[in-house]
Amino acid sequence: MELLECINLEKRYGDKVVLKDINLKIPRGKIIGLLGKNGTGKTTLIKLINDLLTPTKGKVLVNGMEVGVESKKIISYLPERTYLDKSMTVEKVIKYFEDFYDNFDSNKARKLLKKLDLDTNQKLSKMSKGMQEKVQLVLVMSRCADLYILDEPLGGVDPATRDYILDTILTNFNENASVIISTHLISDIEKILDEVIFIDKGKIILTSSTDELREKEKSSIDEIFRRMFKC
Amino acid sequence: MNIVFDNDRPIYIQLVEGLQIHIISGMIFPGERLPSVRELALNLKVNPNTMQKALSELEDLGLIYTERTNGKFVTTDKSKIEKLREKYAREKTSKYINDIKELGLSKKDIINLIKEME
Repeated sequence: MELLECINLEKRYGDKVVLKDINLKIPRGKIIGLLGKNGTGKTTLIKLINDLLTPTKGKVLVNGMEVGVESKKIISYLPERTYLDKSMTVEKVIKYFEDFYDNFDSNKARKLLKKLDLDTNQKLSKMSKGMQEKVQLVLVMSRCADLYILDEPLGGVDPATRDYILDTILTNFNENASVIISTHLISDIEKILDEVIFIDKGKIILTSSTDELREKEKSSIDEIFRRMFKC
Repeated sequence: MNIVFDNDRPIYIQLVEGLQIHIISGMIFPGERLPSVRELALNLKVNPNTMQKALSELEDLGLIYTERTNGKFVTTDKSKIEKLREKYAREKTSKYINDIKELGLSKKDIINLIKEME
């Protein structure tokens, strides 16, 4: 059984078609890049998978079951914009996650946060943007989930922070789970991807293993993407 | 261990080449036990699946072998390593000769140049 399957998925807002004919199968044990320009439907697709939006047509299956309460337990989601109350301290957010998610491993989170040399009694609002991103990623990756969905985890952070984020993803990745990373910052991340999904104007236009695509096109994924979507 | 990657080529091929160079140069000894796939992948910051693929390839080439429950080891067959060294040396030399010929130098010039450098 596939970990994630999207069948003829479509999403419209009124007359505006945001996603169309999305058919997708994602097995366990892969790191997958969901790549597309801004406003092509990446976040909409991610929200549909997380059951935060209702499809106009088609369905999303996680472990063979339609998304809902059960799938939320096994999907760990890092949204593009934070939903955390920034007046909370890190310590409080950890407690919050412990209460909220059965599969949250607070020891793991503390261990990962320790490496950041961070005062956990500090409020989120007092931290730099990069630090906030790191804290949130640590929280999301410290859940023992089947599917991790990271929406633009690299946006707006410096290269050193990007490295930390990639390291954290790799360190916590295991063969029983998959990770979907949406981004338009491809060159920073393409080295760790098993597969890529190119999405444009609400449609999937390419899915491939990254190394096969490099071999075939004799270029980097970043270069292929730029060529394909030249403005 | 360190490998500098070029995103234009398949990562697993670059891993195979990089590990071969480590073996040829003696940075990894014949008979040495390799770290786990996971450790290697983290160390080189690549996907563990890609690392697994590269190690399978090296195993097919007979450069590493798996001892059940014990992990993966570098071959102790020194002639195999020697052959690989020669293959790389030839490839690199031929590339070098081509580059220098492009500058308009003859083979004799190249030999003289090398002698001068010594």
